Amino acid sequence: MNLKFKGKKITGILTVVPANEVSFDDEMENYNFSAAKSLKLKLTMGYNKRRVVKNEDCVSDLCSYGLNYLLDNGLLNKDEIDALILVTQSPDYFMPSTSNVIHGKLNLKKDIICMDINQGCAGYLVGLIQSFLLLDQESINKVVLMNGDVLSRKVSSKDRNSNPLIGDGISITILEKDKNPDSVIYANIKTDGVFADALIIPAGGFRLPSSAETGRLEEDVSGNFRSKDNLVMRGDAVFNFVQTQVPPMIDSLLEYANVSIGSIDYFMFHQPNKFMLQKLADKIGVGYEKMPNNIVENFGNSSGVSIPTCICYNIGENLLNNHYKICLAGFGVGLTWSSMLIDIADLDFCKIIDY
Amino acid sequence: MTSILAILNNIRPEANFLSSDNFIEDGLLDSFDMVTLVTELDKAYSVSIDGIDIIPENFRNIDSIKTLLLKKGVSL
Repeated sequence: MNLKFKGKKITGILTVVPANEVSFDDEMENYNFSAAKSLKLKLTMGYNKRRVVKNEDCVSDLCSYGLNYLLDNGLLNKDEIDALILVTQSPDYFMPSTSNVIHGKLNLKKDIICMDINQGCAGYLVGLIQSFLLLDQESINKVVLMNGDVLSRKVSSKDRNSNPLIGDGISITILEKDKNPDSVIYANIKTDGVFADALIIPAGGFRLPSSAETGRLEEDVSGNFRSKDNLVMRGDAVFNFVQTQVPPMIDSLLEYANVSIGSIDYFMFHQPNKFMLQKLADKIGVGYEKMPNNIVENFGNSSGVSIPTCICYNIGENLLNNHYKICLAGFGVGLTWSSMLIDIADLDFCKIIDY
Repeated sequence: MTSILAILNNIRPEANFLSSDNFIEDGLLDSFDMVTLVTELDKAYSVSIDGIDIIPENFRNIDSIKTLLLKKGVSL
């Protein structure tokens, strides 16, 4: 599905990552890899350092911290927030929605819409799309889009498919109306729920409530130990899906926007692992310097937050005074895949802070 | 140029690749080894094996790996 938005823009991006850093070297003994194999995977996949929450920190804690940082530094005015959107797959509670919890913590105005969206790797794109749709309303001039996940709390430490990659974090993106009538944002999005179990936490919902049984660790054919309460990823299926679906999606987006690949300054993609991104860059035909793949090795894969993290980490400073044409892409849980072509310029802020 | 067998032996020195006709089913290569193998083949033969070709069928044995490289235009 192709989408087009006029007269909207991003005016600031903040990423908040836990200060707590764990390293692959310290965790290698959990995974049953030989030392030589670990070293190879470190280079190829980008296993290195990742930021994960300590204790029982929740998405609302990190989001509130980030919002307070913006308010305290005069980068956001509480009364101007007309919509508070949170994209997460690790909410504080089943009910109420975590965006309402954050609304309460910040004591925001009551004339506001709060909304949680359950999306993962493509969640930044889904959140942007929803935010742009809200900005079509006359009464909505500023949307605060939060993406956040603390999925490290749902990954088995003895699951070598997922644990070396998973990071936690949240991002806050400010979206406003753009007075420039010529600004156009192009996007596309696709869904295939047939493969909904390719990335799943089987237990803990109403279908299979958590119990002593669902918390029991079991060994899979590859020697990973995880329970039904843990995140499970069919890595081979996800890799194949990404390599099959993402390159034609980007081709289709560029054709829809009537833009050549050479005119795009950066390709800021979801960061599943270094190898997958390099293969995508090769297939799409862009250099690695235009499609950064360094987020997993420095922060871990924090689901939908990996795209704003990638922007802040690689070009955050430059975006304060420059104008770039950027192709965004998210793909994963659902399965959902989406891309967007957007001009980002002269941001009020674009940085990463520690929680 | 490093041979396919030498690359395989470097990845899994303890495995006997000559005695197997299906590296995956016989447990000589897992998905992590396939990733390392692709990286090493890309480097050794100056190609980029397509992501959609990184499936077990293409890494069953030395002949299937040769077929994959030939498809990428490598002269073996």
